[in-house]
Amino acid sequence: MNLAEKILAAHSGKKIVTPGEFINARVDMVLSNDITAPIAINEFRRLGVSKVFDKNKIVMVADHFVPNKDILSAEQAKQMREFCKEYGVKFYDVGEMGIEHVLLPEQGFVLPGDVVIGADSHTCTYGAVGAFATGMGSTDVAVAMATGDIWMKVPPTIKFVYRGELGKWVGGKDLILYTIGNIGVDGALYAAMEFTGEAIDQLSMDGRFTMANMAIEAGGKAGLFHVDNKTQLYIKSRAKKNYLVYETDSDAEYEKVIEYDVTTIEPQVSMPHSPANAKAVGKVGSVKIDQAVIGSCTNGRIEDLRLAAQIFRRHKVKPGIRCIIIPGTQQVYLDALAEGLIEIFVKAGAAVSTPTCGPCLGGHMGVLAEGERCISTTNRNFVGRMGSAKSEVYLANPAVAAASAVTGKITHPDEVMK
Amino acid sequence: MKLKGKVFKYGADVNTDVIIPARYLNVSAPAELAKHCMEDIDTTFLKKVKPGDIIMATTNFGCGSSREHAPLAIKASGISCVIAHSFARIFFRNAINIGLPLLECAESVNNTKAGDALEIDLAKGTIKNITNGKTFTAEPYPDFMSGIISAGGLIAYTKKRLALAKA
Ligand code: SF4
Repeated sequence: MNLAEKILAAHSGKKIVTPGEFINARVDMVLSNDITAPIAINEFRRLGVSKVFDKNKIVMVADHFVPNKDILSAEQAKQMREFCKEYGVKFYDVGEMGIEHVLLPEQGFVLPGDVVIGADSHTCTYGAVGAFATGMGSTDVAVAMATGDIWMKVPPTIKFVYRGELGKWVGGKDLILYTIGNIGVDGALYAAMEFTGEAIDQLSMDGRFTMANMAIEAGGKAGLFHVDNKTQLYIKSRAKKNYLVYETDSDAEYEKVIEYDVTTIEPQVSMPHSPANAKAVGKVGSVKIDQAVIGSCTNGRIEDLRLAAQIFRRHKVKPGIRCIIIPGTQQVYLDALAEGLIEIFVKAGAAVSTPTCGPCLGGHMGVLAEGERCISTTNRNFVGRMGSAKSEVYLANPAVAAASAVTGKITHPDEVMK
Repeated sequence: MKLKGKVFKYGADVNTDVIIPARYLNVSAPAELAKHCMEDIDTTFLKKVKPGDIIMATTNFGCGSSREHAPLAIKASGISCVIAHSFARIFFRNAINIGLPLLECAESVNNTKAGDALEIDLAKGTIKNITNGKTFTAEPYPDFMSGIISAGGLIAYTKKRLALAKA
């Protein structure tokens, strides 16, 4: 069996599982946020159970519209706060919270070999630590909070092999945009994606989180990485419980194996309005921007901020361009402060925010007006995603976003860092 | 159960951000969500939609975010069924869980125009295009999912399961 099958078999009490099979999988962590939890809470109450299956295996995070942008979203956060108090569930509130998918791995809530479900499509992010993690809906989460298990169809797995060495300014974001550009937004529909190869071995944990995060943008159910020394090092100081590391068998079966030579891959930009519209930044042409956003569950980690700071240490944001930088969690914020990055950003003319999803889904903190364009390190550039249905979002890595904020148009980092 | 209505037709990769934009997700009441259903992709949808109407689309319908608000908004707007070449995974399970019928049938989509009248027999999986007289049959659901659907959604299904476990 491959990695996904091994984990799912172990969580459904079976020796072997095969793609297409329906199972009831035991869950190690159940997540929801300020948009999806209110429905999950209502559905949970409809089930009529008196307690959650295990209060240590449930986390709720208020991250999308907080610090609350309006009265209605404040009501939603209040509902979560009250539910968590009533059932003894861990709630991450303002001042402690971060964007859920940056926060949970950082706090050691998701570990190798775990099955994690979350009422958020980017729950797949945790595949970076070798967990089987997948997004579901609020009703699924309500049921899992009550029973500790959930129905699933075992997915087929597509194996991706990235050969060669990564170029300068090329990281996890570029590999995943390139991949989605190649296979399309439904290229891995219903499938698990397994990321392997020398280029993956070179990639940092932060880079792997970025890649796993966007598996859903190819329609994937999960995006998995094997546990190596980097994973162990990341997990060691964070894990609060035991975990099991699963390996793919030598005779494992895959639906497909796709290989890429990464040596020729340049920093990528996904043009509006699909993550699959990826091209090399050099081929984008002259695209003026109004705003640059650096943050989100895709690229709001410390390494992402370091990358942006390399550029802002030497250059300022071009007058007339809004640059918004959002550390993913309080810890990322503290690390960035300690390293002097926040000062670099503010001096360069960027606005730095407390952790929040904010503009990523057009919530607050940088919503776009009609006709405006934004380069963003987030994961979706659908119509209206960051505001007006007549605005445009271009997806890129933090170095490209920072370089573009400096020149006011989409720019290769080399151009400003010669 | 028989469903009857006129068709709204869309293309590939209709995502949950256009089905119900995030700017309206500070509420979760289905009737409130329905007031903004499809507005970023089709400004005429809300003016024209009538109870029983049907959405048709090509591949990967409902891709993007996990928001259950998307099938809830569609259902509350009066739509009785969505027929597509294929559905995104999370949207598919959300719709099954909340009781919005979905059918996968590429042929029916390819042979239907916007505004055509359809009659659907969910139990049989047949889709009859009354406007052009053609009939199509959709892929049947796997037994496991039929169980959830016939129970009336995942909450009702789980309630039964919990009651059985207690007994
Ligand atoms: S940062 Fe964006 S993609 Fe990530 S959880 Fe928040 S809204 Fe979703």
